[in-house]
Amino acid sequence: MILALDHVHARYPGTERDALADVSLGVSPGELVAVLGPNGSGKTTLVRVALGTLAPTAGSVVVAGRGAGEWDRRALARVAAVVTQREEMTFPQRARESVMLGRYPHLPPFAAPRRADHQAVRDALEACDALGLADRWLETLSGGEQQRVRLARALAQEPQLLVLDEPTASLDVKHEMELFERVRALVDRRKLAAVVITHQVNLAARFADRVLLLSRGAPAGSGPAREVLTRETVERVFEWPIAIQAFDDRPQMIPLRRELPTDRS
Amino acid sequence: MKNAGLVALSVIALALAVILGPTSVPLGDLIHSPIVRDLRVPRALLGLLVGGALGVSGAGLQALVRNPLADPFLMGLSGGAGLGAVGAIALHLSGPWALPLAAFLGALAAMALVYRLGLVAGATLDPRILLLAGVVVGSFAAAISTAIVSLSEAEQLRNAMLWLWGGLSGASWTTVLVMLIYLPVPLVILVAAARPLDLMALGDEPASYLGADVARVRRRVYLAASMLTAAAVAVSGVIGFVGLIVPHIGRLIWGHRHRALIPVSFLGGGILLMLSDTLARTVVAPRELPVGIVTALIGVPAFAVLLRRWVGARA
Repeated sequence: MILALDHVHARYPGTERDALADVSLGVSPGELVAVLGPNGSGKTTLVRVALGTLAPTAGSVVVAGRGAGEWDRRALARVAAVVTQREEMTFPQRARESVMLGRYPHLPPFAAPRRADHQAVRDALEACDALGLADRWLETLSGGEQQRVRLARALAQEPQLLVLDEPTASLDVKHEMELFERVRALVDRRKLAAVVITHQVNLAARFADRVLLLSRGAPAGSGPAREVLTRETVERVFEWPIAIQAFDDRPQMIPLRRELPTDRS
Repeated sequence: MKNAGLVALSVIALALAVILGPTSVPLGDLIHSPIVRDLRVPRALLGLLVGGALGVSGAGLQALVRNPLADPFLMGLSGGAGLGAVGAIALHLSGPWALPLAAFLGALAAMALVYRLGLVAGATLDPRILLLAGVVVGSFAAAISTAIVSLSEAEQLRNAMLWLWGGLSGASWTTVLVMLIYLPVPLVILVAAARPLDLMALGDEPASYLGADVARVRRRVYLAASMLTAAAVAVSGVIGFVGLIVPHIGRLIWGHRHRALIPVSFLGGGILLMLSDTLARTVVAPRELPVGIVTALIGVPAFAVLLRRWVGARA
């Protein structure tokens, strides 16, 4: 197992409530796990705890056999890569330069990127169908293209564990499907372990081996999609009436229409 | 090619600073002239070191607070240094080192205060709060300085103000030596932080997932950049624009990788200050212009030309 969270509790300094409460999760090579839940249910906190940037208040987090907080950050970046929800573009850079940042954990101090690093950048761009974007400025790329470059940067880290935090937010159907297909292919072919945080319940159900459903920081269900994503559970967690229909033997959620309370103003 | 050009340009700037001056020294007498040996050479070298320190400090701070407008003096250091200098004069401290030392201590005190304020949000320095704290502490120190000035006899404080806006006229072999001993430590810290600084342009979280120990890098870079600026203020007063513009010129030509940008900012800052000081000494000789005016007059147009070319190339 490459990532193992065992009964983890986590709380941000100065807050009253646990951001994560009693969450367990195991991910092995060749496995894609989706983490679902409404806004504020602790999905991004789970990423922070898993990668050791937020220490759990109770429970244990183990990445590749070592406690997440015990890793040297550079060494951890060679094992686990994260595509974060947001990043800043303080200074303009080209796609190729941005992907090269993924090689930093592998570079010896003070050394320039070596031939192998340039090759790794090329390979990563190619794997994400982004080689043609290599010399473009990041800010001139569309949302879907930027995500491909950021995924390429994560691959350039040559990780065993890939974590994506809402990678398809603001992407259209084509780019959304492409991204999920690409991640699924990486998991199957390269035996990567992947954790995808997403709001796309239906895509999670179709692409993931297992799902973890979070509600206010606590697990509301964990396991194969067809066991976790039942009508009762999903309605309770997302606080909206839904119907579930099977497609490809996977549960698919259809939100129902509901009249809002009449506006009397 | 561009690296060789930069080195050549620094040699030219150094040569001009040694050859040109209000007193004309024949080329053949350069080596034997006491004016050259005791005044021009140390002054040129001090220009190189101070300009370099300011350039590197600016490059580090811009990456640190993720703000291209950051400048060593925006972080409250000049205000602190000014207060130190004015305080020393008001207290009638004398001796050749009283003023620089007081300015240095003032800058360090401002730095400590800004640093402490930057930590209010928690254990890691928040770049936005750091920037705000810098501006606030700087204004506060300037207010106290002005209060002291307005309550004192103007004549004795004229020195402090002039010195503060001064330039390199205090150069001597001793100041050069002091800088040569002092500078390597903060410079090495910044060079060692080059890679994490590249990563931190993406934001704290992405940077830490790419292997940067963000909190530690931020502390070190802030302290090192402040040490550089404090030393620069102590020996030459507040020389603006170098720390703001030189890193940007470096970014336009060399890109945003700090492994190249930090040495480039050092040489670029040195070149700009040496050239500016040569002009400041010669154009209205025997009087001198404040060198900060010249750095602005040279630096801003150069920057504008590059900016146009660069924006044009990217469109």
